[in-house]
This record gives sequence, structure tokens and C-alpha cells, in this order.
Amino acid sequence: MASPKQKAHWEATRSLMIIVMAIWFFFAIFVFCIGEQINHIKFLGYPLAYYMTAQGSLIAFVVLIFWSNSRQEKIDREFGFSDADREDD
Amino acid sequence: MAKSKFVQDLPRIYTIYTGGFVAFIALMAFAETQGMSAKNIGLCFVGFTILIYAVIGWLARTAEVDAYYVAGRQVPTVFNGMATAADWMSGASFVAMAGGIYFNGYTYMAFVVGWTGGYVLVASLLAPYLRKFGCYTVPDFIGTRYGGNFARFCAVLILLLASFTYVTAQINATGTIASRALGIPFDVGVWVGLVSILLCAMLGGMKSVTWSQVAQYIVLIIAYLIPIFWMSWKLGHVFPHFSLGGEVERIVALEAQYGLVKNSAEALKEAKVPAGLSSMSIPHSGVPAGAMAAWKYVSLAICMMVGTASLPHILMRYFTTPSVTSARRSVAWSLFFIFLLYFSAPMLATLSKIQLLDPNLPTAIIGKKIVDVQAIEWVKNWTAVGQVYIADLNKDGILQLNEWFMRDDVVVLATPEVAGLPYVISGLVAAGGLAAAMSTADGLLLAIANAFSHDIYFKMIDPRASVLKRLTVARVLLIVIGCASAYVAAMRLTGILGAVAWAFDFAMSGLFFPLVLGVWWKRATRSGAIAGMLGGLISGTWYLYYVGPTFLNQTPWLGIDNLRFGIIGASVSLIAMVVVSLLTKPESEAIQQMVDDARIPSGKTVMTQR
Repeated sequence: MASPKQKAHWEATRSLMIIVMAIWFFFAIFVFCIGEQINHIKFLGYPLAYYMTAQGSLIAFVVLIFWSNSRQEKIDREFGFSDADREDD
Repeated sequence: MAKSKFVQDLPRIYTIYTGGFVAFIALMAFAETQGMSAKNIGLCFVGFTILIYAVIGWLARTAEVDAYYVAGRQVPTVFNGMATAADWMSGASFVAMAGGIYFNGYTYMAFVVGWTGGYVLVASLLAPYLRKFGCYTVPDFIGTRYGGNFARFCAVLILLLASFTYVTAQINATGTIASRALGIPFDVGVWVGLVSILLCAMLGGMKSVTWSQVAQYIVLIIAYLIPIFWMSWKLGHVFPHFSLGGEVERIVALEAQYGLVKNSAEALKEAKVPAGLSSMSIPHSGVPAGAMAAWKYVSLAICMMVGTASLPHILMRYFTTPSVTSARRSVAWSLFFIFLLYFSAPMLATLSKIQLLDPNLPTAIIGKKIVDVQAIEWVKNWTAVGQVYIADLNKDGILQLNEWFMRDDVVVLATPEVAGLPYVISGLVAAGGLAAAMSTADGLLLAIANAFSHDIYFKMIDPRASVLKRLTVARVLLIVIGCASAYVAAMRLTGILGAVAWAFDFAMSGLFFPLVLGVWWKRATRSGAIAGMLGGLISGTWYLYYVGPTFLNQTPWLGIDNLRFGIIGASVSLIAMVVVSLLTKPESEAIQQMVDDARIPSGKTVMTQR
């Protein structure tokens, strides 16, 4: 069975996953549920809903993955389960 | 294991390659000024790039199982990101997406969000854990986590359905571009395309495909971005992505001035407008009103995102990295490289549209005399091949917005000519489209053939087969499946089979929950997974048959049409899997241990391949 340390590591991993999914939901789904209501707002000169679907959400996804990776690597190191040193293999 | 010399040399090799390709473009540009014909320039671009990919495929030939299936697990993160991006971006992304945005506006851009947002799911839910498992194929994971040949077989079945739908469309695109550039009939073009694809994949499997996909990514991204930046500079915008707000606003004003009119079917028939050509009738940046419109957008985005996270030819790319951490990092780089093209497509659509609409620009055609427009060189060329059509519906001799018809693909393919760029750019775009279609076809064919050779032949039929025998079977299967898809592609059934969106819906219906719950829910059992796979697949396929316009053509339920049938399939899959798992006994201690092992990055892979 999983050791207590493994369990704690998985708890932390799962919490991070839930946060990531919530942010993902906001930029991938929620923003476009209210697209009609926010399109009159201007951002960089673009209508906001148009901007989000053309660029904004895409940028958010890229940043989100890089950020969550660094968080996950921190969790892995904290519990001693990291394999990041094998990056140089 | 120390970093091999090859891996250390990679940045240098691909820098030289990129420099060489840019030099080749310059050479062609020079040849054009010396009077080289457009046809020969196109021929050189297509021939030269295919030759390069074939040479890479040959150099990466291998006789090792690990190299053939997972490129020896030594592909560095950034390079795997580029290979995945090429694997991902199909002929449709390259050739058709900007055109789709051009004609269908905001609603179509659900594809842009869908085809990028899915990578968040891949990175968080799947890629690192599947990498830790150490499988060769996606059905390999299902077969090991849930145990039993039947679960493995179900996964192969879904993989086949999703990937085959997708690959015929890619071979079709390869054939179209090859036939146009080489001046050969479409049927012959398809087979030429197939031979080029097999040259990349056959000798070295995943290893060959990886290194030619990196080369293909470099060609396709250069080919996509150069025309956009060039056109944007002509209009005085240094970096188009951040400064086209004014142009978008201008398009809204021009749309209001010219009037967006949707032509009636009778008018189109009377004017003899060829099928597949459209006129601009949907606002460029407006959001359609109502909750149903929002749901249509969101449901399409959900299908594409969840489908992304279930497509085997993408997931298997993350089996090639050296470690779990590098698999995760590699997903981030993949999305970054994909993002470079996807956030440019709406800008291309904007630039291309303003060129035709804005009366202050020399390229404008709307509002001009029809006889003058018909005399323009590019209008003549594209009208001759039936891609562009002018119908003077109100018979006033002036071209109105609703009297100008184009095929979607023309937006990408003809834009260099529309903007008055030299022909060398059109040749470059053809090479880019070919690279996009070939790289995706490579990955898909390999995914199908590997599932057959590894999961069906080696794991089920002959587990004692020697390495030589396994690799021979793998290569024969690759050729057979390649020929089968080229045969289907040559029949031009793409209207029925080529709906790329269907591949996503099939994959999400059958595979998403069995894969995700296999990692995230220990209580998931074999019977549950089988119920999930078959339940999702059958209900999804049935629903497709029920609403599909070429099938029963019934009224969609809640606006879930044939592009979105994955919503039905995946919901049924989730319910079936949870219910059946809870009704059956939990899996053994050994399986539980396996899942625990997969959840931590350190340590050996869960399964050992021979």
C-alpha cells in the first residue's frame, strides 16, 4: 500500500490539479458562457470576447501549464519523489 | 546514462537545418527574379522538402524495439514539443482554419480554444502518469492498468476508429497539395503522398517520425508566419497580434457599410454558385446572441478539448521523453509551439479580409466594377480552378459583399497573391501545408500500426516473437494500413469520413474516462473500464448515426449535432464506468500498487518492456 508520504504527496498533487482545473474552466468555458455580455468591453482595441477566443485564453493556457508544472515539480521535490535530475539523461 | 552525442548536437543540427531552409527560400526568391516559372518554384519547394524528410527518416532507421516504439525515450523536452506540435497541427489547421474563422467568425473560433485548451488536461491529468507507466501505446496502458486482453482490444478498437477517420483526411490533404504542386492527377497525388509519408516512418518508426516531425514543424511555422508578418508590415503594423484592434473595428464598420446579407438557397442556385464556396455573411468579431449560441460554442470547445486529451497519437508522443518531469515540461512546450500558429490564424483572417474590403487599400475588390475585378490576375487564376466565383446577383455591375464567393482554403492559399507578395511565398505556403498534413499522417499511421503490432500481435497472438519478427510485422502493418487509408482517401469520401471533429468525438467517447480514472480513481475496475469504453463508443456512434446529416438526419437534442456527439458518448462512458466499477469487486493489491507507483515521478517505470 501507499506509504503516508506517498499519500501526502498525492493529496498535494490532487489539490493542485483541482486549482488548475478551476482556472482552466474559467478561461476555457466560463468566459465564453458570458461572451455576449463582455464583447462591448475593449481590450487592446479588440472586443473582449473576440480577444479571449483569438488570443487571451490561449495565452492563459500556455502560462497555466508552465506555472502548474513548476508547482508540481516543487511538490515532487518536497516529498522526495522528484525525477527532475533525470532530465539530463 | 550520459547524454548521447546525438542529443547534445540536436540544437546545432536543427539550427543548420533552419538556416539551410531559409537559404533555400532566398535562392528560390532569387530564381523568381531571374524568371523561373511559378510551376517550377512550387515543384522545387515540394520536392526539396519531401526529399529532406525522407533523408531524415532514413538516417534515423533502427533495429531496436525501444527506438522503434518510443524513439529510445531520449527526445529532449523542447524537441518533443516541436514534434508534438507538427503531429498535432494537421492539414486542416494549416489550410482550413483561418478560412473557417474568416467566414464563420466567433463561433468557429471554438476550435481555436478547443485545440489548445485540451493540453491543460493532458499536462495535469494524463501525460506524466502514462509516461511513468512506461507503455509503448495507449492500449498498452489500458491493458496493463485494467488487465486482460479484452480491455486492451476495446482500446485498440477505439484508437482505430478515431485515428483512421483522421488519417484519411490527412492523406487526402497531402494528395491535394502534391497534385497541385506537381501537376499530377489527384489519385496519383494521394499515392505519391503516401510513399513520402511511409519513407519518413517505416525504417525508424517513432524515432524517424520524431526527427522528421521536428523538421516539418520548422517548415510549417515559417511558412505560416512569413505571409502574416509581411502583409501586416505592408499595412504598417510591426507586430500584428497586438495591433490589429483598429483593423477589427474597421471591418465592423465596413460590414455595416456594405451590409451583411445571407444569400437564399434559390438565389445561389440561380446564379450557379459552385457548392462549397461561401460569401461573407457572418460578423467578423460579433458574438451571436442567446444562451443557445453560447452553449453551441462551449459544447464544441469541450468536445475538442476532451478529445485532445484522448487522442492516442498525441498521448504517445509523451512516451518518448527521458523522464516523467520532462514529459510534463514537454506538454508545455507543445502547447507553446501550437499556440504560435493558432493565435496567428485569427490575425491572418483579419488581414486577409481587410485587404479585400477596405476601399483605401489597392487590393480592395468589394465595391469595385465587376469587369475590373475579373481582370485581376489572382482572381482569374482561382476562378479558373473553381475556387472563386463572382455572381452579380443584383445586376448592377458593382461587386457587393454577398456577390463574392470563395472556398475556405483559398484564404490561406491565395492570400500571398491577394496581398501582391511574390510567388515564392505561395510555394512556401504549399510546402508548409504539405508538412502539416504529412506530419500528422505519420503520427496517426504509426499509432494505428503500433497498436496492431504491439497490442494485438505481440501481446495477444505471439508474446514470444523475436525482435526482428516484431519489427518486420510492425513495418508490414504500417504499409498495409497506409495503403488502406490512401485507398479510402482516393475514393474522396471525405465529405463523410473526413470530418476531423469526429475523430475527437470518437476518442473522447471511448477513451477519456477509462484513461483519466485509471490514474485518478483506484476503485476503477476492469469491468468498469470495459463498460465505459463500449458504452461510450456505442452510444456516441448511435447518436452520430441518429443526427448525422448523411444518416438519419434527426433533430439534434439540445443542439448537440454531429460535430458534438462526444458529449453524449463521454457522459454515458462516465456513468457506465462508475456504476459498473462500484458494482464489481475492487482490483487486486498488485493493481493498486501499480497505480500508487504511477503517481510518483521517481523510481522505475511501472511496466518493463522486453
